[in-house]
Amino acid sequence: MMNLITLVWSYLKAKPLNTFLNVLLLGLGIAVITVLLVFNQQFQEKIKDNVRGIDLVVGAKGSPLQLILCSIFHVDFPTGNIKLNEAEQLAKNRLVKSVIPLALGDSYQGYRIVGTNRAYTDLYEADLQEGKWWEKDMEVVAGANVAAFARVKVGDRLVSQHGLGADGHAHDQEPMVCTGVLKKTNSVIDNLLFTNVGTVWAVHEEHEEDEHEHDEQPVQHPSPIVPTVNAGDSVKEITSLLVEFRNPMAAIQLPRYINAQTNMQAASPAFETARLFSILGVGADVLMGFAYVLIFISALSIFLALYNSLKERQYDLAIMRSMGASRSRLFVTMLAEGIAMTLMGSVLGLAMGHGVLVLFTWWVKEGSQTGFTAYVFYTSELWILAGSLLLGIVCSLVPAVQAYRTDIHKVLAG
Amino acid sequence: MVEIKSVEYAYPGAKAIRFADFKLAGGEHCLLLGESGSGKTTLLHLLGGLLRSQQGTIRIHDTDITQLSESALDHFRGKHLGFVFQRNHLLQALSVRQNLLMAPFLAELPQSEERVNEVLDRLGLLNRKSARVRELSQGQAQRVAIARAVVNKPDVIFADEPTSALDDKNCERVSDLLLSVASEQKATLVVATHDQRLKAKITRQMVLLA
Repeated sequence: MMNLITLVWSYLKAKPLNTFLNVLLLGLGIAVITVLLVFNQQFQEKIKDNVRGIDLVVGAKGSPLQLILCSIFHVDFPTGNIKLNEAEQLAKNRLVKSVIPLALGDSYQGYRIVGTNRAYTDLYEADLQEGKWWEKDMEVVAGANVAAFARVKVGDRLVSQHGLGADGHAHDQEPMVCTGVLKKTNSVIDNLLFTNVGTVWAVHEEHEEDEHEHDEQPVQHPSPIVPTVNAGDSVKEITSLLVEFRNPMAAIQLPRYINAQTNMQAASPAFETARLFSILGVGADVLMGFAYVLIFISALSIFLALYNSLKERQYDLAIMRSMGASRSRLFVTMLAEGIAMTLMGSVLGLAMGHGVLVLFTWWVKEGSQTGFTAYVFYTSELWILAGSLLLGIVCSLVPAVQAYRTDIHKVLAG
Repeated sequence: MVEIKSVEYAYPGAKAIRFADFKLAGGEHCLLLGESGSGKTTLLHLLGGLLRSQQGTIRIHDTDITQLSESALDHFRGKHLGFVFQRNHLLQALSVRQNLLMAPFLAELPQSEERVNEVLDRLGLLNRKSARVRELSQGQAQRVAIARAVVNKPDVIFADEPTSALDDKNCERVSDLLLSVASEQKATLVVATHDQRLKAKITRQMVLLA
């Protein structure tokens, strides 16, 4: 059977190298755009997802971006510590609805141990896969990726290292005990281990224990942040405090108050991530520009291929007219050829783009840990397909008009 | 079947050519003779609706094709007329079979593999069915062009110098096939040529004077 598709395909096949190069060129451009699109989309979703209900992060003075990266995304080092009693003062502020303490500094096989309380895991709607939640000091619960990649099971005894690197100084303390493993949430907490703030203190105070004896006194007035110590303790420190505002006014007043009146700094996750996007955005823009140049060149090349083929095709076009094809039919055939090329190019490009992401998530451990997936399709990808249809029409419009205008008598008598 | 009356055609900036009136019955064959430049091809294209006449009437199969709209004329051509040209002008990107199927496809008639086989068999080309056009010899290519012209069972076949590019042996074979296939289909055959070798084969002849 002959139909429009077999006809167009035959003509494309008659010049395999030409067709292949045009499709490949367009495919490369589309692939770059697809990778950027899927990556960017997921990156933004992850970031929004991880910020959750955290309005403000309060920590030691330093880089606000570092404080956010450290306290929310757990990819950077702390800016320093803040006094527990200062944090308590802040928690009492009328603009603050709730606070979550974070005590960082230790890791297990490169996975960060977070000293905090259950409010933190509740923020991410974490659920137990097995075991039970941590209660006492030296008990830990492992995130899903920690369990999967570092092979941590319930009942395991873990010895932490100082810092984030796997080769950090090992604490020669009594090991922690894993009491539970969390379900996968596809958020940052999959890569963390959770314990009490007291555990982190215990691990770090070990060295000082020789110097002054611990006077084990019962807690009289428990601290609102860490109930295992007395309120107003002037020695204990934590890394940062995640703050939820009581009302919108807090967004204006609280950061100004903290930065000006205390030894701490306040960083807004929304503001700092927006800043991060604009920094990364420059690189993405350069790549995107490169992709558009590729697409423009391929469009030009498809146009030239069709336009040049018209000269040798004019006999074919005239013969087709003599066999009963109308002018508009030749017009449509020519358009279809351009559209076929751009459509193949964009399908190839989408496939290559997702292929690159599949390889990325396979080979790069961080890829799978951050919950990136290549098997998602965004509606913007449909726009790419629609755009390629339009591109095909634009490329083949002039050749199609020429085909429409073919003077069959002149060609056949020539 | 084919009838023209007071047909004239003028190329831009040239004197109008006036064609003598004539009438062909169904199944009758006719030779258009004349020097090059005498308007053979022009008349053939006017008859086949490849060129719009400026004056007069051209009736084919009871239809005055000068009155048809552009697309109706295209449609009429596909259904009722077949063409064979000097250079065979097959579609290079397609196979022999696909070239033949293009005729019913473009004329919007049902495509039949059997009809393709039948015609190819008749012209001794069945073994070349899936060949590419560029793999064919001159004589074979011209026979494929004939096959394509008759595959839709046209009422009239127009041939423009169908044998001029062929040697004596191929000329003989191609012209015999053209005539016998046209007769079998009960089609009227109009051949424009200056090839003297065809004169003995078609007795009805019209000479155009430059």
